[in-house]
Amino acid sequence: MASGDLLEGVELISPAEWAKGKVKSAQDYFLLCVQAVANLFRRPFYMGDTMQQADLIGFGSLPIVLAACFFTGAALALNSATTLSRFGAQTVIGQLVSIGIIRELGPVLAGLVVAGRNASGMASEIGSMIVTEQIDAMRALGTDPMKKLVTPRVISTIVMLFFLTILGDFLGLIGGSLVASGLLGLDSREYWSNAWQTLVFSDVFMGLAKPVVFGFIVATIGCYYGLSTKGGTQGVGRSTTEAVVASMILIIAVDVVVTRFLMVLLPS
Amino acid sequence: MLSPTLPVEENKASTPGPRDDIIVFKDVALAFEDNQVLNGISFRLHRGETKAIFGVAGTGKSTILKLVLGLIKPDAGEIYVLGQNVTEMSEQALFDLRRKIGMVFQESALFDSLTVRENVAFRLMEEGGISEQEIEQRVRESLRFVELEHTVDMFPAELSGGMRRRVAIARAIITQPEVLLYDSPTGGLDPVTSTTIVELIVKQRDVYKTSSLLVTHRLQDAFTMATSYFDRGTNKMRPLPPESRAQVPITFLILRDGKIIFDGNVRELKRTTDAYIKEYIS
Repeated sequence: MASGDLLEGVELISPAEWAKGKVKSAQDYFLLCVQAVANLFRRPFYMGDTMQQADLIGFGSLPIVLAACFFTGAALALNSATTLSRFGAQTVIGQLVSIGIIRELGPVLAGLVVAGRNASGMASEIGSMIVTEQIDAMRALGTDPMKKLVTPRVISTIVMLFFLTILGDFLGLIGGSLVASGLLGLDSREYWSNAWQTLVFSDVFMGLAKPVVFGFIVATIGCYYGLSTKGGTQGVGRSTTEAVVASMILIIAVDVVVTRFLMVLLPS
Repeated sequence: MLSPTLPVEENKASTPGPRDDIIVFKDVALAFEDNQVLNGISFRLHRGETKAIFGVAGTGKSTILKLVLGLIKPDAGEIYVLGQNVTEMSEQALFDLRRKIGMVFQESALFDSLTVRENVAFRLMEEGGISEQEIEQRVRESLRFVELEHTVDMFPAELSGGMRRRVAIARAIITQPEVLLYDSPTGGLDPVTSTTIVELIVKQRDVYKTSSLLVTHRLQDAFTMATSYFDRGTNKMRPLPPESRAQVPITFLILRDGKIIFDGNVRELKRTTDAYIKEYIS
């Protein structure tokens, strides 16, 4: 087969055009974020839509977040036990699970689960509205889609991810506790006492600040890709996939930045 | 036999003054990347007038409607809608103006997660300050106008294509806008359903005297509108006798290669010597 045949139908763009496209996307995303935040202080407030999204995002994601955190807590306890037993320090499993889950794994896991479940949902829902002209119809009817669709999703994702993380953290600790007492034969009260006493303000603050940032990322990325949808149903599929990939990568990357920032801001 | 009393007789489309201009396009140009869609488009829509826009696919007919609403901005030229220059307005200011305009989209663009009631009431609910009782009453009035009151609790997916268009018309007229924009309202429909839609447009024109821009591929729809009136007594569209047809406030605008090649009434259209237009209307 000739190389020309392989490239048939493939649209080649110059690196400069590619870079321009990326800068434009970043600019559009930034503007969407600014508008989403500014709309928090502008009427009308769509309380009904916000509650509906909160139900969809919060209660819909609850079982999977709890399950993910529970099993991660259990696995963390098991893995730590192997290493800690070499030093005869199995009793500090509670501390390790507590710090690991509350500072890092709880928020990240909950963020990734909600990103997988809801960034895709937002991108596909809004993307479908774009390709069927429902967004144009909304604008034509005098309603701002940014206020009606984006801001309620941002508020509800931030609030619900915050509470999902708290519940996820608790289930992660329970998972660790069951392994510590059931499989490793440690005293349950000692586990919980260690887990509780090791926590300081900066740990809890970090654990609760991250879901706020992650919630903002999930909602704005999901809405951004939905509103940028082009090319019919195929475009909706593409937006959905890109929204999940982008929000997951951003969560993991931003986690490093937020962790470092808060470590400097609130040294233990 | 007496000629029917034309509701359109009150219309002054034939001798419009500056204040009668509902929509004004001045040298409007728009390109999508390398494709020049509109190139120096200028026309006026007068109060009470219906202007039917024709042209082959891709000539920018639907784009004109989106420009009127400010959904897209032109590269050059000015567009005035109800006296306001939409080319210079911010998105926030445009939302207020759009509340005075009704739009019927090509594929209806009903909100598929909302019921017919919620779709039709959307604009009233967004405006706020209107009691639920009044909203319900106005929704039912609008749906009665399009003879679909029984669908109030149904979802768009449960309706046929023609019914969806009629619900879209009900949604567009619920606030009695000053101007209505129809984007291929009969496209893809069978002849019987198309006639029902045309009848509704004529009804809106003759009963409420609403100015409108109508994008269509179907010349016969526009000719039906130009030769008919809505009889309130029988609640039906009736053909006009030939001597009364000149009073119907309908004009035709034909686009070709991004330019207007015809803008005039039905008599001027029939007298045209342009070979392309002759072929188009034959």
